[in-house]
Amino acid sequence: MKSFFNYIKSVLSGLWNLMLGMKITIINFFRPKITEQYPENRSKQVMFERFRGELIMPHNAANEHKCTACGICQMNCPNGTISVISKMETDETGKSKKVLDKYLYDIGSCIFCDLCVSTCPQDAIEWSQQFEHSVFTREKLVYQLNKEGSKLAEKKKVEN
Amino acid sequence: MFDFGIITSWIDNLLRVEWGIPNFWTLLIEFVLTGVVFLLAYAVLALILIYVERKVCAFFQCRIGPNRVGKWGLLQTVADMIKILLKEIIYIDRSDKFLFFIAPFFVIMGSILAFFALPFGRGLHAIDFNIGIFFLLAVSSLGIIGILLAGWASNNKYTLIGAMRSGAQLVSYELSAALALMSVVVLTGSMQLSTIVESQAMVWNIFNGWAAIPAIIGFVIYLIAGHAETNRGPFDLPEAESELTAGYHTEYSGITFGFYYLAEYLNMFIVAAIATTMFLGGWMPLHIPGWEAFNEVMDYIPSVVWFFGKAAFCVFMALWVRWTFPRLRIDQLLKFEWKILMPISLVNLLLMAVCVAL
Repeated sequence: MKSFFNYIKSVLSGLWNLMLGMKITIINFFRPKITEQYPENRSKQVMFERFRGELIMPHNAANEHKCTACGICQMNCPNGTISVISKMETDETGKSKKVLDKYLYDIGSCIFCDLCVSTCPQDAIEWSQQFEHSVFTREKLVYQLNKEGSKLAEKKKVEN
Repeated sequence: MFDFGIITSWIDNLLRVEWGIPNFWTLLIEFVLTGVVFLLAYAVLALILIYVERKVCAFFQCRIGPNRVGKWGLLQTVADMIKILLKEIIYIDRSDKFLFFIAPFFVIMGSILAFFALPFGRGLHAIDFNIGIFFLLAVSSLGIIGILLAGWASNNKYTLIGAMRSGAQLVSYELSAALALMSVVVLTGSMQLSTIVESQAMVWNIFNGWAAIPAIIGFVIYLIAGHAETNRGPFDLPEAESELTAGYHTEYSGITFGFYYLAEYLNMFIVAAIATTMFLGGWMPLHIPGWEAFNEVMDYIPSVVWFFGKAAFCVFMALWVRWTFPRLRIDQLLKFEWKILMPISLVNLLLMAVCVAL
């Protein structure tokens, strides 16, 4: 008799457990689907803020960047992805000064480790959310980040 | 409610009286017409079911599913059908060529014969046997011959193991499926499908007073056992991908594989349709005794819509189960049938007899 009741009990508890599983799947059935329709939604596609797409050097409206060509990013880069090429310039007072000539960034060897951005003392470089990088030859993957004819932004004097 | 018998008797009258065609030729034309219509319906229904399966499966897995070919991917299955028709049929070396070729036809004939005998709506019933439900059970289990033949003729260990498992499974689950349907036969006192449907004109069997309790139990048992007979869901041991590649149809390609594919989906629909006819009132609209206005409104919905709506509900239950539970082991499968489903359906049959006698 006891085994008979155990049998009934096991059947009912088994049925209950099956219903629990079905409840979970039906919740998933009605859950809104978040699949991105990528090529169609290209214009609306927004990557999240922390996404490291590629390295950029922001320029302001007067075509000025903040890079002082100190080379800390180049030294920190584990892959030799960044090469900062500087030149000496003499200003009107006769003082010679190191300025940025070319900031070359090879995205083909970049591992997106963030060491360059986090160590930059001037906050001159940052990440963009651009992720479509495919090109046909490897040479095209070397980007020059400073724009043509750009120069170092003058620091505003703190008034006091 | 619209009676499709008007159309069929109009065609019959047109052929016999208006055009004066002799009896033999009239019958021949009518048989060919019916056959073409049913085969078309069979193929179209299979395409719809495959699309629905893929969509529902995707939604259960938090995906979107086919959405590239046509609006919402509606033409995906049509494209798949064209692809499968164009594919080469590969004959296996050192296999039994004759049996290998004939096996898919057994499988598809089993499901087509069952499909032909279903009552789809008022007057939309090709053959109304006085042993209708017996015929349905007999022909729908005919497919197992094809599965066993395919497993044997392919000369491959996977197919043979799959076919043997399928045989054990079908023989077992056929019992509780038949016993569950038998409870309705006890309630109605007839095996004729039209009589069973007519008897549910006022209340469907699963709402039928005290007899509702055994009817609901029978409904659930039939859904489980029927689901197991279609070799799907948690009972898909014969084609367990991880163990047997594809089971009994491993060696098939092109349209011969397509036949197995079609038959699998149509068997799912046939199980749903039998469950609808026997337990959910077939094409009868939902009637509540005493609510005259409500019943009038329900009568305006065509009988075909009722039938396919209820069948779609049963198909959705089958898909829900399939995409929820993991596959059973062979010993668990047989234990489930012989130790749980069989005793319950026997007790259920007794309970139904008591309910009818009272």
